[in-house]
Amino acid sequence: MSTPPPLLQVERASVRYTLRGAGLLAPARTLDALSDVSIAIREGGRLGVVGESGSGKSTLARVVLGLVRAQAGRVAWEGRTVDYDDATAMRSLRREMQVVFQDPFGSLDPRMTAGQAVGEALQALAGPVASVAAQDRIRAALSEVGLAAAFANRYPHEMSGGQCQRVAIARAIVARPRLLVCDEAVSALDVSVQAQIVNLLHQLSERYQMSLLFISHNLAVVRHLCDEVAVLCQGRLVEQGSRAAIFGDPQAQYTRDLLAAVPEPDPALQRARIVAAHKALRASR
Amino acid sequence: MTAEPVLQVRNLGVNFSTSQGEVQAVSGVSFEVRAGECLAVVGESGSGKTQVLMACLGLLASNGAAGGSAQFAGQELIGANERALNRVRGTGIGLLSQDPLSSLTPHLRIETLLTEGLVDRGLATRAEAHERALQALAEVDIPQPEARLRQYPHELSGGMRQRVALAAALMCAPKLLFADEPTTALDVSVQARVLELLAGVRDRGVGVLIITHDLGVVAGLADRVAVMYAGRIVETATTDEMFFAPQHPYTAALLAAVPRLHGDDRSRLVGIPGDPPQPSARPPGCAFAPRCERAVAACGESRPELTQYTGRNQVGAAADESSIPIAVRGVPITAVACHRPLHSSAEYA
Amino acid sequence: MVEAVPADARRQSLWGDAWQRLKRSRAAIVAASLLLLVCALALVGPWLSAYTVEQVDWTQATLATPPSFADGHWFGTDANGRDLFVRVWIGTRMSLLVAVLATIVSVVIGVAWGATAGYLGGRVDGWMMRFVDVLYALPYMFFVIILTVVFGRSLVLIFLAIGAVGWLTMARIVRGQALALRQREFVEAAIALGLSPATIIARHVVPNLLGTVIVYATLTVPQVILFESFLSFLGLGVQEPLTSLGRLVAEGALEMESSPWLLLVPSVVLAVVLLCLNFLGDGLRDALDPRQRR
Repeated sequence: MSTPPPLLQVERASVRYTLRGAGLLAPARTLDALSDVSIAIREGGRLGVVGESGSGKSTLARVVLGLVRAQAGRVAWEGRTVDYDDATAMRSLRREMQVVFQDPFGSLDPRMTAGQAVGEALQALAGPVASVAAQDRIRAALSEVGLAAAFANRYPHEMSGGQCQRVAIARAIVARPRLLVCDEAVSALDVSVQAQIVNLLHQLSERYQMSLLFISHNLAVVRHLCDEVAVLCQGRLVEQGSRAAIFGDPQAQYTRDLLAAVPEPDPALQRARIVAAHKALRASR
Repeated sequence: MTAEPVLQVRNLGVNFSTSQGEVQAVSGVSFEVRAGECLAVVGESGSGKTQVLMACLGLLASNGAAGGSAQFAGQELIGANERALNRVRGTGIGLLSQDPLSSLTPHLRIETLLTEGLVDRGLATRAEAHERALQALAEVDIPQPEARLRQYPHELSGGMRQRVALAAALMCAPKLLFADEPTTALDVSVQARVLELLAGVRDRGVGVLIITHDLGVVAGLADRVAVMYAGRIVETATTDEMFFAPQHPYTAALLAAVPRLHGDDRSRLVGIPGDPPQPSARPPGCAFAPRCERAVAACGESRPELTQYTGRNQVGAAADESSIPIAVRGVPITAVACHRPLHSSAEYA
Repeated sequence: MVEAVPADARRQSLWGDAWQRLKRSRAAIVAASLLLLVCALALVGPWLSAYTVEQVDWTQATLATPPSFADGHWFGTDANGRDLFVRVWIGTRMSLLVAVLATIVSVVIGVAWGATAGYLGGRVDGWMMRFVDVLYALPYMFFVIILTVVFGRSLVLIFLAIGAVGWLTMARIVRGQALALRQREFVEAAIALGLSPATIIARHVVPNLLGTVIVYATLTVPQVILFESFLSFLGLGVQEPLTSLGRLVAEGALEMESSPWLLLVPSVVLAVVLLCLNFLGDGLRDALDPRQRR
């Protein structure tokens, strides 16, 4: 075995939620949030997981992080199965794997300053760290995400969405994780700010050989950031492959339909699509 | 397009009185929407685009005040009393909001939601309204309309809810449709259907004003675009002009920042440094100057006026005609508010 | 590219922001000032007068004399010849003391119980809140009476009795808030950091609940004062010679026809305290509501 195992592997994960049935005596319904999904991320690789609502992509992120338990399947880190109940193992795993959520204001405690939020992460993951060294590392983390040191004293409500998201990223990378899970991390940002954050994530990934698990419903963003793509639909994996393969030559009909439906900021292209659609309609008559 | 404009907005301004003082959300906004055409108003947060819509319909928050003029079919909307506005709402102007889950009252059946506009105002009998509702549902491609009328909003999928909301907006056959981020909360596959329906509405002769931040939606649906930044319009143009030859540095930067599915995938997204300014903290001079690569000293001192622009090749010729401010010439198709627009060789003061 | 810090750094923590908003509510400021005045009087009042709380003034012609400035009995005397001015302020002291202490007890227990139940959720939450429901259903007056009979009337018992009742509603309210907070992304982020539930509850959940807790505590104090007054009315409250506003009102009610001031004065003081607390609570609720911040 000359090739090392992938950094993260999810094998045949399934998550089933039981919903209370309507009315007192109705049987409980089950919802399969994930069915038999397998993905793999290599060291330094950037995997985009795309899908529409209900596709299970957020559930997949939560399974990887241990926030949700899978009823079937396993998650492997560097080839070894992860036991989410083993506190000691989890402590060291959390240092390697961190998360950035969607809502920049919601993912920061409104009562803590940016410096305190990053400091808390530092102490929890890499601690205990002496306070002087901790201040240095907090400043370094903030500067890496492009924030001046003065931002350490700001509260979330005093910062813009983009700045808050940068703080969230700083908090996630302060302990140098090897995998960063981004759950719709740019979806709540303005277009101009989204581009900044996408570039930042790309930069950080390249600089530290940090892998990315990038969950998004926005296919175009995934195309710019990720080198591998997995497509989910209703909890199932539809297709997985390199960026060139998925965007250039998608095999599954669902993927093709999805790509065709994305409104592209190019009027000529959109007009061509409409013309083609009308032609297809006439041909089918 | 020589059709009479359905909506004529001149110098619209919206102010809010907050505990921190007067905040100007929108100022000096002028545009027109003609029958059978779709105008997209594009902007990011803090641009004031939604407030423009709210001002026209008299739906501003209690601490908001609108100034300027918005003429709909000869009637002035700004400052009109509630009764006059109510006559216009629904029958003259329809509204499609962003989130169908909140815009459709949860405890009412679809039939009630669709027919209340007609029946409550005595514009139709219950039976007539019922027929019209079935027709409206068919127009938005909803299968089994008879069954749908008996259902509640939460029993429908997100896309279907938005289509029902569109049907409700069109029930009273308005001449103008306001759509506020109609596809933002929807899945991509469903977005395409709704956009097709909106195009159909436009093709049937209704004027459509769509507010959005999604340039893809603009490219597919809009005939003309108005780009807003920090409460003002910085550029208006036809869709093709905006995408292929943007004049304002902000428009160009926005186009460079938008991720695309087609084209060179090695190209990096170019973000615009900084953040869109909050309405309470706008810089003097041109609001975009702090983030603009082309800014010069004049940009920080004086705010550029929206100036008519008749064509892209302006090498010296007819410089006077094309630099007359729009208040004099009426609202042009193409205009830009910038001290150093991209495709000119003459500097407009 | 490092972002510059914007120049308008009129920075303010959330508490500072809330304080500004509170100051703008005139009703709350007036209420707070009046309350402070009452507290000040409760502290120094008894020393201002020449009399003590139990001293019987035999020099008067009759025992219960109306208020007058001449003889130093500014609020008059009661049926036993004791100066009412001093007794009213001693009574206020006692009522406020009982109320504040009992509220503190109910806040501490209620917040701990409610935050834990709301955060943990699931079956633990179910059992913890069923326990609260059961306690709610018990007739607490019954218990207080039994306890008083068994252990005698002591101040400690009163605190316990009132605190034992007060924490139930606080727990319910806090539990609802904690349930909502549990869904917020910053709590998920804290879980992803591997922090223990106790740390998360103490560091992230409780501080974000404090707004509601403060408001509700301010509104609980009047309820506690009334409850204590009720106990006193029944004769189960504070012991002689100490008195409370409740006792004074009870005694005054008996003498209502012959000496109306005995009922009026403590009632007015009680009413002022209750009204001020309610207005202050309303002002605090508006000031601390985060949704109104922008």
